[in-house]
Amino acid sequence: MSYLAVTDLSISFGGIRAVDDVSFEVEEGEVFAIIGPNGAGKTTLFNLVSGIYFPDGGSVRFAGRDITSLPAHRIAPLGLARTFQNIELFEHATVLQNLLIGRHVHRRSTALSHLLFLPAVRREELEHRRRVEDVIDLLELAHYREQRIANLPYGVRKVVEVGRALCLEPKLLLLDEPTSGLNPEESEDMGFWIEDINRDLGVTVVMVAHDMGLVSRVAGRVLALNEGRVIAEGSPAEVQKNPAVVDAYLGAD
Amino acid sequence: MRFLFKTHYNQDIDHLKHGGDRFWYGLLLLLVAAAPAALGTFYLGELNLVMIYAIAGVGLMLLVGYTGQVSLGHAAFLAIGAYTHSLLLGAGLPFLLSLVAAVLVSALVGAGVGWIALRMTGIYLAIATLAFAMLTEQTISRAEWLTGGFRGLAVPQPSLFGMPLTEGWQRYYLTLALLVVTLLAALNILRSSTGRAMVAIRDSEISAESVGINLAVYKTLAFALSAGITGLAGALFAHRLGYLSPDAFTFLISLQLLLMVVVGGVGSMRGVIYGALFIGFLPQLLAIARDTLPPQIAQAPGLEPGIFGLILVLVILFEPQGIFGRWLKIKSYFQLFPLYRRATHRRQKTYLRTERLR
Repeated sequence: MSYLAVTDLSISFGGIRAVDDVSFEVEEGEVFAIIGPNGAGKTTLFNLVSGIYFPDGGSVRFAGRDITSLPAHRIAPLGLARTFQNIELFEHATVLQNLLIGRHVHRRSTALSHLLFLPAVRREELEHRRRVEDVIDLLELAHYREQRIANLPYGVRKVVEVGRALCLEPKLLLLDEPTSGLNPEESEDMGFWIEDINRDLGVTVVMVAHDMGLVSRVAGRVLALNEGRVIAEGSPAEVQKNPAVVDAYLGAD
Repeated sequence: MRFLFKTHYNQDIDHLKHGGDRFWYGLLLLLVAAAPAALGTFYLGELNLVMIYAIAGVGLMLLVGYTGQVSLGHAAFLAIGAYTHSLLLGAGLPFLLSLVAAVLVSALVGAGVGWIALRMTGIYLAIATLAFAMLTEQTISRAEWLTGGFRGLAVPQPSLFGMPLTEGWQRYYLTLALLVVTLLAALNILRSSTGRAMVAIRDSEISAESVGINLAVYKTLAFALSAGITGLAGALFAHRLGYLSPDAFTFLISLQLLLMVVVGGVGSMRGVIYGALFIGFLPQLLAIARDTLPPQIAQAPGLEPGIFGLILVLVILFEPQGIFGRWLKIKSYFQLFPLYRRATHRRQKTYLRTERLR
């Protein structure tokens, strides 16, 4: 039984089969990349797995549990966190607050005790803060801690979003284009962090990526999609050489 | 400029962050506590009204400024709080119990409205809450057996532990104490995970969901909290009016409450106080202005709502952060003098966001 098992997943928008009978399996502890040209259905696939869309057919199983029909807010507590391609941070809050929001699934106290801010709530807040500081240390965000997202450059926002996902203490992390829009140095840092997250924190990573350099460096296996269908699966080198993949990117003769 | 040397995470959790805060808020508390000795009956009464507005404003701010849900119907919660309190007080319930009941009933109705309005956002939510306020107003005027309709309902005199609260200063202290409690409760919510969940919903529903925040639960909760606090203000407002009738809770009141939140500064609790002062003393200014303006303008019907609307539009256009935002700018001008640049506070460009998914 694999860790994340996607079976015959499909969804249509109007007449377009955005994801068409896609199946793949991710083992615990690996870094799995999903590639494909624009409009291949990568992000839609993520939205299906993380419970933002519900599929027309097929199933998603995560850690032995069927999560196909669970809404997003019930999938997150199971240990599945994600980022967004175009960055969906809480713009008018500080970096620290954004990361603390990421701790939401680990809250133990009730709204009533928050009203009174009982000592137990303070202890819990301090515990959240310690965990958040670990993430800040890992991703070198200390300098930006008190800044509002609206004032941050794009590259930093990208890192904060990964940080927020890490604050959930996930077992599986879905990264949607973690290096899109980053300059070469920032991309390289992101590559190192993905390796750290995978090796040191033991998080299974599934990422959508365009940057083949990054994919070959960090990913163990690659799935290639085109027009909603799986066209290849294997090691980065195999997939890159696969004629169907070359056709999808460069066009067939 | 103040540079804080932080040595413990508690410093970020505490309400008063440093000595300056403690000094100024202490001084403010002393001043408002000493106000009855210095002010005449009229101004004390006005200040009392300002604080009642501020309590309602705290409720509305939680909803509008922190959860991002617009409400044009908060006069209804004010009315529900006022009528519940008066009726229960009339039925012989002790003052404090009746206050608590007013809060609970308003919160319950608020939760119901919030739950029904779950799928609505923005302008649709504004219209839905407006419709709810109209409905409440009509219900109160028709349910004569309970509320007396337009004949009105006399509000019983309040008394606390057998001591009648009839003097202006007694009511002033009562309102002040409740305002402080409300503010502390609201700030406590905001520094805990419940408040952060509300902010998350305001800024991005989709990522709020994907970090595990149940939108339905937290939106309903925000509505309930907001309505409950506004209901408390309503109960105090009832004593201020002395005699309740449905036309005390019209659309104009809802608009005033929203105006208070926007003019004060959306997303700040201090803004509520500024906004309440503004709303509380604006009618006085208008009355003074009426004396000097030519009668054609001064006697024109609908002058007040017109001016309220105009102010709302102007503030949204030119100072979206309200009085609080202006205060921050003035403060940083002096802190950074002579290096202040206008661009510091210019609104930053927003990057492309994920397409709305539903």
